[in-house]
Formats: sequence, structure tokens, C-alpha cells
Amino acid sequence: MVGGPIAGVDPVAILAGRMGDTALVLGHRISEWCGLAPALEEDIALANTALDLIGQAKLWLDLAGAREGLGRDADGLAYLRDAWDFRNLLLVERPNGDFGDTILRQALFDGWHVQLLAGLRDSRDEQVAAIAAKASKEAAYHWQRSRETVIALGDGTEESHARMQAALVRAWPFVGEMFESDETDAALSSAGIAPAPATLSTSVMGAFEEMLAEATLRAPEVSRWQTGGRSGRMHTEHLGHMLSTMQWLQRAYPGCDW
Amino acid sequence: MSDEWPLWEVFVRGRHGLSHRHVGSLHAPDAETAIRNGRDVYTRRNEGVSIWVVEARHISATAPGDKGPLFEPSEDKVYRHPSFYDIPDDVGQM
Repeated sequence: MVGGPIAGVDPVAILAGRMGDTALVLGHRISEWCGLAPALEEDIALANTALDLIGQAKLWLDLAGAREGLGRDADGLAYLRDAWDFRNLLLVERPNGDFGDTILRQALFDGWHVQLLAGLRDSRDEQVAAIAAKASKEAAYHWQRSRETVIALGDGTEESHARMQAALVRAWPFVGEMFESDETDAALSSAGIAPAPATLSTSVMGAFEEMLAEATLRAPEVSRWQTGGRSGRMHTEHLGHMLSTMQWLQRAYPGCDW
Repeated sequence: MSDEWPLWEVFVRGRHGLSHRHVGSLHAPDAETAIRNGRDVYTRRNEGVSIWVVEARHISATAPGDKGPLFEPSEDKVYRHPSFYDIPDDVGQM
């Protein structure tokens, strides 16, 4: 099974499952903007990002399926699992909200994603390293774009600043989950396959602080981080609704292909 | 100031060695965003290796009404085309 450290399961299957689920869920979320974004240029940019992430999800989930050895491929993992089997960060399953919520969530994800992929590029697992190398070019552009947009809107008009600050207050409690580690992470890190999530904290939080300072935004105090997505302990109520939209066709017409 | 983002003209170089070609226009609040928007709108299918953007208001253009005096005089001056010369074989592809 992808998710949850289980004796005898290749930890790479769990790593790839978490990476793939996070990319898939965020990719689907962003695709919900298609045709609805505030400007044509943003609409296309968001759709491009969604396609990049869904492409990455396919690579990660195919790897997860191959390593878990249960005969499931990316499609099987994406379309035929229920919410409790997903191992994505809670941050990415949150609803899109307004454009400010979406672009802020994107920047928080991208800022973490580029640093994590930089570590995964040096993975001792060749397939992990290869996927990370491909994904990091896409991620670098996503981060450049989302970061600059957050800064422009945060340090923009009175209304855009207020909306971005409100979006930050809503999203920030989900940041801590990025740095949470469990036994699988420890095993991956000691085997040189993936950096321990906690070790990314300094550089990622530093990048966030710089961005927020330029955007004149202030992160709220958080007494307890919202976690549980990547460990599988719990998801928000939003994931199930999203999956019912994303999966209904395969559920209604099993094996449907075109 | 208008609430509308200004219009930018986008030029993309398809390959090294070719010139930038005008590919279309888009809206963006500033030059950096215009370049990123140009990347997302006009190079999604591997069309480019370089992008130029220029705000449309900075482009000076000929007036359509001046077409006659500007362009018609060259219509009957075929001798300006280098098609009356024998090109030596050694020159190869021109």
C-alpha cells in the first residue's frame, strides 16, 4: 500500500506516493480554474502549471505503483483510491478560494517543492533522482511566477493587500506539515534517498520570510500546525469532494479508455 | 491610471540564429510579468528559445492611409530585386 510505513514495503513507494498525491491533488485543484481565472494570461498560466503537476504526478505514481508491487499504475492509484489512502499535504487539498488564496497556496507549495526537488535530485535512487531532475525545471518556473505574483498583490493596492493577508492567515497553519518526519522519512534519509523533511525547514522558511517581507505580509502565529495528510492520519473534508469530481468517470465506467 | 493592464507586443525567437518574430500581444502589469505571460501564452508548444516584449504604446507605426505614397512607388522597380544577376555556382545557397 502507498502511504503509512508498513514493514516490508519499499520506502520509495511511500515517498513516490506522497510526492505523486501532492502533485496530483494540487494539479487537479488548479485545473479547476480553467476558463475562470481573472485574466486570459493567468488562465493559461494556471492551466500550464496544472498540466506540469499532473505530468509529475504520473511519473511519481507510476514509480510508487512499480515499487509497491501490487500491479497498480498511476491511473489505478489516482482514480481508484479513496480519500483515506491519499498521502498529499493538507495544504494542497484546500479549496481554491479567491485568486489570492490560490496563488498564495501555490507559492507556499512551490517554495517548498523547489527545495525538496533539489535534494531529491541527489537521491541514491536513480529513478527518484531522474523524476526530480525533470520536475525541478518546471518547479523553478512555478516558484518564480507564484512568488512574484504574491509580492505584486501583497505590495499592491489596499484591497489586494488585504485579500493576500487574509489568504495567508488561512493557509499558513498548513505549512508545518512540510517539515514533519516519520519513520519512513528517517529510513529514506539514512539511505540517502531523500532529505529529511525537517532539514528543509531553514531554507524554505527563509525563502517564505523573504517573499512575505517583500509582499508586506505578516505570517500569523501558529500554536499547532495542521497535519495528517502525508501521514494518512486525517484529511480535510474537502478532499473527498474533490476526488468525487476527479474520479467519477472511472468509478461510473470502470476501465473506460479513449 | 487605468485599471486595465497595458498591452504588450510579444516577439519570440524560434531557434538560435533566427530573428525574433512578432507572435501576438497580451496584457500584463509590467515587463517581467509580460515576459512570463508571453512564455505561458506563446511558447507552450516548444516554439521558442527567447522572448522579447515591448509595450504596444512604444511602437510607432505607419498609417494605413499612407500606404500609397510609402509603398506603391516600389511596385514598378523590379530592377531592385537581385534577380537579374548570374550567381556563380561557388556562392552556393543564397
